[in-house]
Amino acid sequence: MLSPRALILRAPGTNCDYETAHAFERAGAIARRMHVRALAEKPALADDFQILCIPGGFSYGDDIASGRIFALELKLRLGDALVKFRDKGGLMLGICNGFQVLLQTGLLLDGQATLAHNTSGRFVDRWVHLRAKPGKSIFLQGIDRCELPVAHAEGRFVARSSADMAALDAAGQLVLRYTPDASGASTNPNGAMGDVAGVCDETGRVLGLMPHPERFIDATQHPSWNGRLDPTAAGAGLTIFTNAVRAVA
Amino acid sequence: MLWEVDVRLKDAGGDHAARAVVEGAAALGVAACTRAVTVTGWLIEGPLSHADIERVAATLLTDPVTESFMVAEVGDAALARGPADLPTVLHVLPRTGVTDPAALSAHESLALLGLRPAAVRSVKKYWLPPLDHADAERLAWKLLASEAIHDVVIGPLVLTTLSGGRTWTFAQESIRLAGLDDAALVQLSRERCLALTAAELHAVRDHFLSLGRDPFEIELETIAQTWSEHCCHKTLGSPVDHIRPDGTTRYDNLLKETVFAATQTVRRQLGPRDWCVSVFRDNSGVVRFDGDNDICVKVETHNHPSAIEPYGGAATGLGGVIRDVLGTGLAAKPIANLDVFCVGSSELPADELPPGVIHPRRLLEGVVAGVRDYGNRMGIPTIAGGVFYDPGYTCNPLVFCGTVGVMPRNAADASVQRGDLIVVAGGRTGRDGIHGATFSSIELSSESETESGGAVQIGHAINEKTLCDFVLAAAEQRLFHAITDCGAGGLSSAVGEMGATLGADVDLDRVPLKYEGLSATEVWISEAQERMVLAVPPGNWEKIAAIAAAEGVEATAIGTFTGQGRLVLKWQGRIAGDLDCHFLHEGRPRQRLISRYSPPLREPSLWPADLPSLDRCLLDVLAAPDVASKEWIIRQYDHEVQGASVVKPLLGPGDGPADGTVVRGVLGRDRGIVLGVGLRHRIGGRDPYQMAAGGIVEAIANVVAAGADPERIALLDNFCWGDTRRETSLGTLVEACRACHDMAVFFAAPFVSGKDSLNNVFSYVDAAGTPHELSIPPTLLATALGQVDDVRRAMTPDLKTPGSRLAIIGLSRDDLAGSQVELVCGLTGGSVPQVDPATCRTAWSAVASAIRSRCIAACHDVSDGGVAAAVAEMAIGGGCGARLDLATLPAEVSATGAARDITLAFTETPGRFICEVPAAAIERFEALMDGLAWAWAGVVVAEPVLTIEGTAGTSNRMTVADLSRAWRRISSQHS
Repeated sequence: MLSPRALILRAPGTNCDYETAHAFERAGAIARRMHVRALAEKPALADDFQILCIPGGFSYGDDIASGRIFALELKLRLGDALVKFRDKGGLMLGICNGFQVLLQTGLLLDGQATLAHNTSGRFVDRWVHLRAKPGKSIFLQGIDRCELPVAHAEGRFVARSSADMAALDAAGQLVLRYTPDASGASTNPNGAMGDVAGVCDETGRVLGLMPHPERFIDATQHPSWNGRLDPTAAGAGLTIFTNAVRAVA
Repeated sequence: MLWEVDVRLKDAGGDHAARAVVEGAAALGVAACTRAVTVTGWLIEGPLSHADIERVAATLLTDPVTESFMVAEVGDAALARGPADLPTVLHVLPRTGVTDPAALSAHESLALLGLRPAAVRSVKKYWLPPLDHADAERLAWKLLASEAIHDVVIGPLVLTTLSGGRTWTFAQESIRLAGLDDAALVQLSRERCLALTAAELHAVRDHFLSLGRDPFEIELETIAQTWSEHCCHKTLGSPVDHIRPDGTTRYDNLLKETVFAATQTVRRQLGPRDWCVSVFRDNSGVVRFDGDNDICVKVETHNHPSAIEPYGGAATGLGGVIRDVLGTGLAAKPIANLDVFCVGSSELPADELPPGVIHPRRLLEGVVAGVRDYGNRMGIPTIAGGVFYDPGYTCNPLVFCGTVGVMPRNAADASVQRGDLIVVAGGRTGRDGIHGATFSSIELSSESETESGGAVQIGHAINEKTLCDFVLAAAEQRLFHAITDCGAGGLSSAVGEMGATLGADVDLDRVPLKYEGLSATEVWISEAQERMVLAVPPGNWEKIAAIAAAEGVEATAIGTFTGQGRLVLKWQGRIAGDLDCHFLHEGRPRQRLISRYSPPLREPSLWPADLPSLDRCLLDVLAAPDVASKEWIIRQYDHEVQGASVVKPLLGPGDGPADGTVVRGVLGRDRGIVLGVGLRHRIGGRDPYQMAAGGIVEAIANVVAAGADPERIALLDNFCWGDTRRETSLGTLVEACRACHDMAVFFAAPFVSGKDSLNNVFSYVDAAGTPHELSIPPTLLATALGQVDDVRRAMTPDLKTPGSRLAIIGLSRDDLAGSQVELVCGLTGGSVPQVDPATCRTAWSAVASAIRSRCIAACHDVSDGGVAAAVAEMAIGGGCGARLDLATLPAEVSATGAARDITLAFTETPGRFICEVPAAAIERFEALMDGLAWAWAGVVVAEPVLTIEGTAGTSNRMTVADLSRAWRRISSQHS
C-alpha cells in the first residue's frame, strides 16, 4: 500500500521544517515541505495529504507576537480548506510555533486559551519531563511519560478563565503536561497554567504542543545519551510521528 | 491620519519589561521608580478610519486572552492618560531610517486585512511614577534606549507624520586632491571618515592627475571602502621588518609568509591526501567532509558596532557571518553558529566607567540578546562559544560570531562570467551602516557614540531567513555563477570584488530603497543588512525571479559584469563614477612597517604569605567569571534546532560543561562536525607567542576530547589587537603570527580562514583633563573545526560510572602566570605556561586512539583552573563524586609545601587530559598509554563528593552540590 503523506506547511521564518519532515519520514511517511503561498494559491494541493504539520520557527519573525501573522494568513486565505482537511479525517500537528499558530486559527480550541510570554521573560532551550494523558489524542496514544526539549519565549499556556480551564480538563483536551524530574524539581519551563504543555481538539485529531518531538527521534539527541543510552536507539519523540502515520495508513 | 494603538497586558503581574525597569532604576539610583507599566504601541499612518484601526488592533495587534488595546489619533489627550499613580510617560522609538523589524512585519501583514497604510512604526511606552526630568532622561538613556538608534520623548508624543525623505536629484561632487599637502590630505580623510593614509591619498591623487581630473565623491568612497583595513588585511598583508634582540626577520607580506604559508606547507605535505578545498580566497574556508559534501567555516568580529549598540551590533555581526557562509562558492547551508565575547568586569563600579562607554554587564546582556534574537530566528543552532572577562575589554569589547555550513562537493568554486547580470537580493537599502568598513578601521573615542551612529545597523532576521531560503533553492538548481554577501562596504565591496577582473556596469537608481533621498554614493556604500549579490546568467533570470517571488524575497537586476575591466556607476543613465578595476584592486601603495619585540624573561612566581586552602581556591576558581557556567547564556540560544546537535554545550544529568560540541553534518547520517575555541587573553600582554600557541592548542584539545580525529583539524584565526601603528604593538602581532605558523605546521592543522580587527583602542579625557588611551590585550581567538567518523562514538566530559578509574595524561609544570589561581590567590610574577607541541601531539593521538578503541567513558581537556577544576566539572556534569590524589600526578614542579599542592591542583600546563577508564578497559588503556607521561590519579565514586588528597597527607573534601553552586553563581545572578 502507499505510504501516508505528510504536508509540512512553512511560512517565512519557519525553521524546523527540515527536521520535522525528516521525523515523519523516519516514521514511514512521505513528507513534503510546502510554502503557505503555494498552498494559498492552490488549496486543493492539501487533498493529497493525510497529515498536515505546522513546524516550529519564528513565522514572519514572530514580530508582533508568536505565530500571529501566520495564523491570520491561514484564517483569511486557507480557513475553509483547513477545516475541510480536518473534518474529512486529516490529522493536524502544531509544534512550538505551529502550536501558537494553530491555537490562534481556532482549529485547536475556540479561544479558551493562549500562549503568553514565559514567566522568566525570555527564551529558554532546555529539556523537560512530560506526562501524557492521551485520551482520544491520536498522536499521543501509548505514551505515558517522556522527556523532550523545549525552545521558546512564548509558551506559557494561559486559559481565559478558570471555568475554561476546568472545562478543557473535563473534556480531556489537556493531554500533555510538564511533570517533575526524578529529584522532584518542577520542569515547567514557562509558568504554564496547570503545567499544560500540549492540548488536543475535541476530535483528538489535532494536537498542539510546545515541546519538540522531532528533536528526540534518536537517542543521541538527548543531552545525557553519552555512556547512558544505546546510541542506536530511537528517541521518545518518534512515537508521536509513528502514531500519526499508523493512524492514517 | 496618524493613529496610535496602545496594547497593554491585562494582568500587570506578567509585565516583565516593567519589572526590569524597576530593577534597573534601582540599580541606577532612581529610587522614585518603584512601579512601572509598559505599553507596546504602534503608530500607523494613512487614510484609514477609526474602524479600520480597531480591526487591526483586534485581529492583528492584540491577544484577546491576555491583552487589551486602545486606539486614538496621535495627540489625543486619552493617549497621555495612564494609571493614576504613574503620571510620567516616556516613549522610546526607533529613529527615522533605523530598521524597525516589528513595524515592517506589521506593515506587510496589514495587506492581509486589505489595508495599505503609508507607514508603520513601533513605539515602546513606559508609565512611571512622578520623576524629575533629569531622572527620566537618565532612565531613558542608561536603561531603555540606545543613543545610536532611538529617539526618546518624555511626555505626550507630538508627531504628525512618519514619512521623511525626498527624492535625490543627480549631482556629481568632485573632491579636489590636486595640490593638497599631507596635512590637508589627512584632514580630508578624517573629515570624510575615509580612513586612508597620506601615502594612499597620494596614490589616488596621482592616479586621477594622470586622468586629468579630480575623483568624484563616489569614486573616492569606493577606493576608501576597498582599501579599508576591514576589507583587505592592510596591516597584516604589509611588508614588515621584525626586530628582536636576537636578530631581524624581513617579511614581504606578513600574513602570506606566516599563516598562509603554514597552510601551503601542510597541504604540500599531505599531497594526495590534502583535504582542504578552498582556503583564504572565498568568504569562508572550505574543507572535505564526506563523499558528497564539503563543509565551510568562518568567524568574524563585530567589535566597534557592538561597543556602541550591543544588541544591534552583535545581531548584525552574526547576520554577516551567516551570509559569509551562504555566500561561499555556489552557496552553503548554515548549520551551526558559535559566539565568543570578551568584555570588562560585570562588577565594575559605575563611577570607574570612562565616558561614552556602556557598562560591561549591560553590554554583555545586550550582545547575548542580539545573538539570541537573530540566531534563534535564523534556525541555526548556536552550539559553541565562550565569554572572557578582562579589564582591557571594558572600552573595546570583542564580539566574535562564527558559522559552519555544508555544501555539495564541487560547489566550492564559483566564477563570474562576462555578461552575467548583477542581482541584488534581500533587504532594501537605506542609510544604515554607512562607513562601517572604514569606521571599524578607526579607533573608538568617547565621542564615537554620537559621531558614528550612522555606522550602526539593526538586523531584521526574517529578511535574512527568507533570503537564505531563496539562495539555497536557487543554488540547488545551479541558477547562478557566483554569490557574495553585502557586508562591510555594501554594494561597493560586493560588486567590486565580484567584478574585480571583469568589471561591471551598475545602475544604482535600480537598487530598491527603504525610503527616498539616498544619493548614488549612499546607495553604493550603504551597509544595510540582509542583502546578497548574485551573478546570474541572463537565461536564468526568470527562474531566479520566480523563486524569489515564491519565497517572498525582493531580487533586482542592477547591472552587468561587462568584461571591460572598469567599474562604471550610473544613475538614470548618467555616469556617476568610472574606475579602473586594476587601480582599485592593485593600486594601493604598500608601506614597509617596523615591528619590535623582546621576549619576556622567565621568573618564578611570588607566593603571598597567607595562602587560601585548596578547597577555598577551588570554589573561587569555579566561580571565577572565565570558568563559571555560562548556562544563563546557553539556555537563551536555541542549540538544538535542525535536530543535528549530538554533543551539546551543557550535558550529563548535572548540566556540566562540554569541551568540543558535535553536530551531524547531514541529518540521518553519522559523520559529525566538532567545534572548539581557545582564547588565552590573560597571557596576551605577557607573551603573545604563547598566548597564540596556547589558544590554538586549547581549541584543538577541545575537539580531540570530544572525539575529533587529530589528523583532520582545520583552524581559523581571529586577531584582535590594539594600535598596531605602534612598533611594539605590531611586534606582538608578528609574534602571534609566528606562533600560528609554527603550530599549524607542527600539528598539520591548516588555517583555512581568518580575519583581523586592529586598532581596538579607546581614547578619552577624564574629568581632570588628563587624556587616556586604553588598549585591549593582544587577543587571538583560535577556532578548531574537527570531524568525527561516527557521532555515536563522540565523547563527553561528564563522569559516568562509580568504580571507574581516573587517568591523567601529560606533565604538570610550575608556570602559573595568567592562570585562574593566580587571580584567586593573588600571585605575582611567574612565567606563562609553555606549549610543548610534541607532547601535545602525542597526547592527542593517545586520546583519539583511546576513544576509538572504547577504552574511556569520559574525557576532559585540562585548561582554566587546572586538574582540580577539570575533575570538579566532570563530577558536576555526571552528578557523582571522585577522588583525586595530587601526589600521583606526573609533574615537574619545584614549589614545596602548600604551594606545591596549589600548583599541582591548578596549574594550566597545556597538553593534559583527564580520562575516566571503566574497570574492564584498564589493561587496554595502559597498553595504549605506553611511553607517555601519564598516571592513575583517582577514582569515580557514587557519593557526590570530591576529595582531593594533598601531597602531604592533607585531604580536601567538597560536596559536588557546593562545587556546582559556586560554578553556577554568576549564571544564577543573571536569571
